Formats: sequence, C-alpha cells, structure tokens
Amino acid sequence: MRARAETALITAGALALAFALFGLFLLANRLNPLEVYAVLWLGGFGTSFSLQATLTQAAPLMLTALCVAIPARAGLLVIGGEGALVAGGVCAVLAGVAAAGLPAAMGTVLVCAAGAAAGGAWIAMAGALKHLRGVNETISTLLLNYIAIALLNHLVSGPIRDHAVSLKVTSWSIPQAYMVDAIPGIGVHWGLALGVLACLAAYVLLRYSVPGFAIAVLGGNARAAQLVGLPIGRLTLLACALGGAAAGLAGAVEIVAVHGAASSSLVVGFGYAGILVAFLARQNPLAIVFFAFLVGGISASGGLMQRRFDMPDAATQVLQGMIFLCVLGSNALYGRLRVFRVAGAGA
Amino acid sequence: MTGSELGWWGVALAVVGGAIRVSTPYLFVSLGETLTEKSGRVNLGLEGTLLMGAMSGYGASYLTGSPWLGVLAAAASGALLGLLHAAVSNLPRVNDIAVGIALFIFGSGLAFFLGKPFVQPQAPRLPTLALGGFSDAPAIRAALEVSPLFFIGIALAFAMHWALPNTRWGLIVRAVGDNAEAARTAGYPVNLTRTLATTLGGVFAGVAGAFLSLSYPGTWAEGLSSGQGLMAVALVIFARWHPVHCVWVSLLFGGASALGPALQTVGVTGYYYLTGAAPYVLTLALLIASSSRRHRLAGAPGELSINR
Amino acid sequence: MAGSSFDSRRRFLNDAGRIVSAAGLAAAWPTLVRAQGKPITVGFLYTGVRQDYGWNQAHTVAARQIGKLGGVKVIEQENVPETAEAEKVMESMIRLDGTRVLFPTSFGYWPFILKIAAKYPDVLFVHAGGLWKEGDPKNTIGYRGYMEEPHYLCGIAAGRMSKTGKIGFIGAKPLYFIFNNCNGYILGARSVNPKATCQVVITGDWNNPVKEAEAVNSMVDQGVDVIVGNCDSPKVVIETAERRGVYSCGYHTDLSALAPKGFLTGAEWNWGKGADFVRAWQTKGTYPNLLRGGFKRDMVNLSPFGKAVPEAVRAEVLKARQAFADDKLALYQGPLRDNEGNLVLKAGQRIDNEDNKYKLGVKFLVEGAIGKTGLAR
Repeated sequence: MRARAETALITAGALALAFALFGLFLLANRLNPLEVYAVLWLGGFGTSFSLQATLTQAAPLMLTALCVAIPARAGLLVIGGEGALVAGGVCAVLAGVAAAGLPAAMGTVLVCAAGAAAGGAWIAMAGALKHLRGVNETISTLLLNYIAIALLNHLVSGPIRDHAVSLKVTSWSIPQAYMVDAIPGIGVHWGLALGVLACLAAYVLLRYSVPGFAIAVLGGNARAAQLVGLPIGRLTLLACALGGAAAGLAGAVEIVAVHGAASSSLVVGFGYAGILVAFLARQNPLAIVFFAFLVGGISASGGLMQRRFDMPDAATQVLQGMIFLCVLGSNALYGRLRVFRVAGAGA
Repeated sequence: MTGSELGWWGVALAVVGGAIRVSTPYLFVSLGETLTEKSGRVNLGLEGTLLMGAMSGYGASYLTGSPWLGVLAAAASGALLGLLHAAVSNLPRVNDIAVGIALFIFGSGLAFFLGKPFVQPQAPRLPTLALGGFSDAPAIRAALEVSPLFFIGIALAFAMHWALPNTRWGLIVRAVGDNAEAARTAGYPVNLTRTLATTLGGVFAGVAGAFLSLSYPGTWAEGLSSGQGLMAVALVIFARWHPVHCVWVSLLFGGASALGPALQTVGVTGYYYLTGAAPYVLTLALLIASSSRRHRLAGAPGELSINR
Repeated sequence: MAGSSFDSRRRFLNDAGRIVSAAGLAAAWPTLVRAQGKPITVGFLYTGVRQDYGWNQAHTVAARQIGKLGGVKVIEQENVPETAEAEKVMESMIRLDGTRVLFPTSFGYWPFILKIAAKYPDVLFVHAGGLWKEGDPKNTIGYRGYMEEPHYLCGIAAGRMSKTGKIGFIGAKPLYFIFNNCNGYILGARSVNPKATCQVVITGDWNNPVKEAEAVNSMVDQGVDVIVGNCDSPKVVIETAERRGVYSCGYHTDLSALAPKGFLTGAEWNWGKGADFVRAWQTKGTYPNLLRGGFKRDMVNLSPFGKAVPEAVRAEVLKARQAFADDKLALYQGPLRDNEGNLVLKAGQRIDNEDNKYKLGVKFLVEGAIGKTGLAR
C-alpha cells in the first residue's frame, strides 16, 4: 500500500513537473499555457467525441506497450514493438487471404491469432539470439524493426500487392466478412477491448502464475535464477514471445478493424509510442491502460491544438518527451522520500 | 560525350561517391557514440540530437548567411541535448537506454517544432573541396566533391584513437567505462566524466545533423534522417568501439545506401526495399557472428548496460 | 437487456464527457464560439507539412485561394496519418470546429471518408483522387488532374534542351499515375527528339531525401541532363540537379525559385477548382461527384519557364499546351511500343485524354524508358 502510494505520488509529481516545463516552453513561444491546456483537455477528454478519439489512439498503444513491459519483467529491454506489429499485420493478411472461406467469427479469430503468432515469433527471435549468442536484445529488436518494415514494403509493392487497387500500394485484402466494426455504443473499434483484456491477462499472468513468477525471478537476478535451476532460455523466449504476440495482435487489429489490408500505413509509430507508455507505467500492465489513455489523449488533442493555435503538430511530441524524461528522472526519488520510509530504516 | 555512357562503371562510381557522401553523418555520430559508450553510457537519443543539429544548423546558416556558423550552432544544440541525457542518466536508478529513447522523442519533436519556419527557405550550404579536378569526366569530378567535414571526421577518428590510450583524460574515460566502482575508489569523477563524454558525443551528433542539412542532401525536411542516429549505436558495436574502425564501417554503410538507386540506373530494378535493408541485415549478421554468451564482446566497456 | 446496457454505456460516456468538460469549455468558450460563427468553415487535412515545396504545398496554395472567397474560413491540420486517426480528425473538425466542407488531401483518406460521409450529410467531402463511383455517398467528390499532360510539355522542353539526349525520371512508388507521368514525359521528349532515352528510378518512398539525392547523382553520372522527380517533395531533386549543373523540371507546385539556372518548367496541379465546389455547397448548387481532367478542364497548370528556356522552345511548349486544351493532341496514340518491344497501340489507334480506364490500367513504360514498372502485364 505504501509502495503504491509512493509510486502514485512520485509519478503525479513528475507529470506535474512536465506540464509545468511545457508551460514554460509555450510561454517562450508566445502562447498562453492555460489556453493551450484547456484545448488539450477539450480535444482529448472534454467531450464524448474527444474521448472516442482518445480511446482510438490508446487502443494500439496498450498492446505495443506490453511488448516492452512483459520482456522487461524478465530483465530484457525490448524496443521491437514496431517490427512485431508489422510482422503481425502482414501475417494476419496472409492468413485471412489463405483461409478465405471460413465463417466470419472464426476467420477473424484466425487472422488475429496469426498476427499474434507472427509478432511473437519475431520478438522470440531476438530472445533466442540473446540466450544463445548473447546478442543484446535492445539492438537486435531495433534492427529487426527496420528489417520488418523493409520486408513489409517489399511484399506489399510486389509479391502480395493487390493490383486491382491502383491508387495505393497495398496488399491483398482479407475477406470483408472477417472485418470487425466498432464496439456498439462507444464508436471505437474492438482493438480497445482486446487491449484492455490483454493488459489484464498480462497482469494476472505475470503476478499470479508460475511462469510469471519465474519470469520475475529471472528479471530480478539472472544469476540467482540460474542457481535455483530455472530454465532461463525457455523463460526468455516465453517473455519475448508474449510481448511480441501483443504487438503482433496490434498489427492484426489494424488489419481487421481499420484497413483490411497491409500497406505502409501500418508504420505510424505505434511501437515507439508503446515504449513511452510502458515506461510511464513502470512496466505495470494495469497502469499501462491508464497511461495509454493519457498518451492517447495528448496525441488526440494535438490536432485541435494545431488548428486553434497554428502550433506545429510536433508540440505533442515535445510534451510527450518532457513527460518521459521527468518520469524517468523521478525514478531517483524512490526510497528517498522520508514520508514513505519505513520507521527504523536507515537514513 | 566524355564520360556519358558509364554503365557499370557508373554504379561503381556512385557507390564510391555515395560512400564518401553518405558516410560522413554516420562517421560523426558513431565517433560521438563511441566516446559516450567508452565512458559507460549508451545514448539512443542521437537521432533526436541529429535532427536538432540539422535544424539548428540550417536555421543558423539561413539567419546569419554563414554555413560554418550553422555547424557551430548545430554543435551547440547537440551539446545541450547530450548534457540533458547525461544529467538525467546521472540520477540514481535511471536507465540510460530509456533516457535515450525519451530524448529521441523530445529531440525530434523539438526539431520539427522549431524547424517549421525553415522548411521553405534555402540556406547557404557548406562548400565542398573539388578533389576530382584531375579528371575530365564530370562523373568522377562530382563523385569526388568532398565536404571538408569528411576529412575533419577522419582526423577526429585518428585523434580519438590516439587520445584514448595516451592521454590522462582518455584513460579516465576508459577506466570509468570499464569499472565504475574501481574508478570511483581511485578518485576519478565518474559522473562528471560521463557527462563530459556524453556532451561531446552530442556535439558530434549535432555536427552530423548539420552535414545532412547543410551539405548532403542539403535541405531541411522532416524526413531528413532515416534512422542514422539510431544506427550509430549498431555501427559502434560493429566497429568494436574502435574509432578508426568507425571510419571503415561508415564508408561501408554509406556505399550500401547508394547502391540501390545506382543499380536502377543500369536497369537492375526491383528489390529496392530489400537493398535498403542491407545495412541492417549486415549489422545483425555481424552481431550474431561475433557475440558469444560466455564472453562479452571484445572491446566492450564493462559498465555498458547493453552488455550486462 | 443488451440494448439498454449499450445505451447506458453511451449515456455514461456522454455524461462523463459533459461533466468533465465544464471547466474545459469555460476556458475554451471564446475560441469555440469563434469557430462556429457565421462564415462557412472549410477544413484541409495534410499527410505532411504544408510548406514542403511539393504535394502538400500545392494544396495549401488552393487553400489560400479558397480562403479568399467571401464568407469562407479555412482551417488546416498537418501530419495526419492515413489510419483511423484520420477519421477522428475529420470528425473533430466537423464537431468541434463546425467545418462544413472538408478537403482530405491524400489518397489514403478515401476509405475513412466513405465511412463517415453517410453520418454527416450536411458536410461536403472533397477528395484529391478520382475514386468516386456510383453508389458512393452524394456528399463526396473525387477530383484530380491528369498530370501526364504537363509532363508531356516538360518532356518537350527536356527533349529540346538536353545536350546528351538522356533525360531522367525519379518516381516514388510503382503506381499507375507515376507511370503515366513518366510516359508523358518520354513521349513529349521523343516528339522532338526521337532518339531520346529516359532513365527511370523508383525510390520506393514518398519522402526520402537521401535516396532522391543519390538517384539524381547516379543519373547525372550516367549522362542524364534533365531530371524530373515525382515524389512528395521534389525540392531535393531540383536542388541536387542544380548543384550538378543539369536541368530540372518541377512537380506539384512552382519550384522555379529553387533552381535559377537549370529550371525549365514544371507540372503543377490546379486544385483551386475546389473553390467551385465550396461555392456550390454554400449556394446549394450542383457539383460533379467526379472531376478529372487535364488542360481542357483547367485542372492542371504549367510552371513559369526558367531563364534557360529560349523563346522558340517556349512557343513550342505553349503550342502543345493549347493543343491539349483544344483536345487536338492525344497523349497515347498509335503506333506505340513499350520498352520491351511489344506493340501497345496500333497505327491509327487513339486513346482519349480522358479515358480513365485505360490510364488506370497502364502497366508499361513507353519505348525509350530504361527501367521497369515491376508489374506483370
């Protein structure tokens, strides 16, 4: 309880600092911070419509953030969400096209499963390289991002290109029946529900299941895990595969809920934004839901801020960067604040 | 017409010219990152620093009329972002890789925000040295139009190669990067050293950005960098943290970038995305081949978080 | 049971939104009121940056023209990706800014336009692309100019000005309109120099300054001395060509300022036609759902000539332009061979300049092109 309160307070403090610094930045650019923040609120959270826009932005972020958070539990720093999403999107399309005659619900599930599997395999590759050859997973997943995007572009403009669509370079489409609509009443696609469910599942899995516990031990101290006899290789692969599956699922969701086919529109930075969300949430899957919502809201309001103040859209990026830096810096405060110290503990 | 129908020689020439042109930003960023990593820090935020450097260089050149002042401005903005990385990473319990990613977002956002007024105007560019004057062929002359920054970069590489084992500061940097505890016990200022190394790394990355916007391709646009800053981290590992190896590896990557378009001009079409991915595949392959789960990579500083 | 829980969910969201927006609205009220005032609000969406010396700039030029119309206020948003976000941005402009005419200026926005056009029958969606077909919502318009016509004119200039007889074409993606532009360019050049050849390089990205610069350098190394670039922002192509001392032709918008010595002329859009649609919507007049055309319908333009172009060449180019406007000159006419030796059009065959179906199906490059479309015939 004390720990949770400490986390909440320090995070809130970091966020407040970031918003204050951004306010100074706005002043330096001759803008009124209060006006800007009012519009940020309006555009991200102030009307039912804004909330819809925010949730639309947040949905993929929840899944790509898991791609960082789950391997982080095992002590790995994976930044391959973008690549796993792309791999998931491509395989989702291939599965949908290959298995075209199934009943709608089954087809949708198959497409999503294919996407998740592809994403999982993509990051698991990095996990295997780490375990077998000691290749640093941050670098390898970074490189795999670029490779995945290059493969996507190559496939989509050639081997799996849909030539009937002459105005855009896009792949074959999955059957229309496999596509899903918006969640009734909310105006946001089903990816949102999948994202929330995935975060819940990840939380439960990591905290209350045996493999989850083993992963946490590995993340805490790799040598200790080895001494205790845990199967390090398998756990590494598992953590990577689960994280990658989440991002791959995000790719599949883009296919079944938004585009219907793969194209360069899959590469819009969801993976990298997911890294931000995961760190803000301190790798906690439940907190990811909240921070995806927050980051989504900032992104969603960016457009309104652009239009109202003639401000470059990069302003939201500056704000997000400041938030990220402040939250990271605030890590130093844990265990230092007197009010949270356990009585009798050393100074 | 002299030199007009070059065919496959044209491809070779394009690769050589491209290697020289496109390698310079890679060279500067990798040298800066080598220094940073030698001190035990990883800076993944160099992409943001590079973009800030490109933007401020272009803007300063446009506003003052002098491209060299632009380079100076780029160096200064790079220093500031490097300083920011060091300041946050110096705090206890802060993961420098995460800080790098945060700086990537912050730096590129800042660059695009402040750089909006500079997309349209044309800024004075850095001069080039015409080394191909010996030849009549315009193609060879063009390939050998080399920016002075290229030579400055090479000089820096050799200077670093000498300075690291032979100067007091170089030894301190390496000591701090190999074993911080021992360095601290020996009385070396760990945080200050890392701050200086990271700041200097930022300066180099800023200059790399200035090269992109003031020399080649010589424009300021939001799509200017396609990941050169991030690739630098891979490049440094490829080069085994050895400053002079950075020169060869940068040339290799630069030549590989030029290969795709050059091949198309002789009719080898298709697969342009795959050739574009060649540098990344190459780096990954090399990483796989040279890593081992038992030993850390030869030449890697012991304190580097990516090696633990 | 299910129905009411969905309703209550919607009501919850609505109530939550209303409750929490009180403070926000209070602060933002003045700005909100300004947006929903008397003049009709017209909204522009861009995938990139407005001042990019390219695709987006051509549209912002039109936006300025439209903004000058009486009773019109223009709002713009940049960097809107072609994803679900585009849908939300359009709705945001409609709901929060009271926009009544939208100009989503990129191809990839079309599926999202279709999704929400039915929801907002009092909003006109004007798309920069000729995708409208029977059955699509009546409050949507697709419009696009035939850029191959001004490319033909650029080709004439290129053919006359090139000293080596080699010209170059840089394209971003393997799409039909890029191929048509390329063919127009080559046909124009070969109409004055039957031996002209054209290097064709596809970079693969709408925006990649390093690749575009490398393509120019490789081409010039191969002896090419007139280059045109079909990418989102041809600024790098023009500037690099100027630095190498060769001629260049522009695309999208007026790029003559970038290459004082080497600029010949350029292919420009005339998106200002959109003003007619805004007028029609304001006055409840009629408008076409699909408008495609070249010089005949004033949908495309030619950039001003550069200093280097002599009077005789200018006259020749303008004569051809008039021929397009009078519908006397057809771009594709037989006998026509592709660059793999096949006879594409027999002698006497003539493809009408507005034959869209034919142009959509163009998968070949005409004789004289060095390069491939990469598409199976």
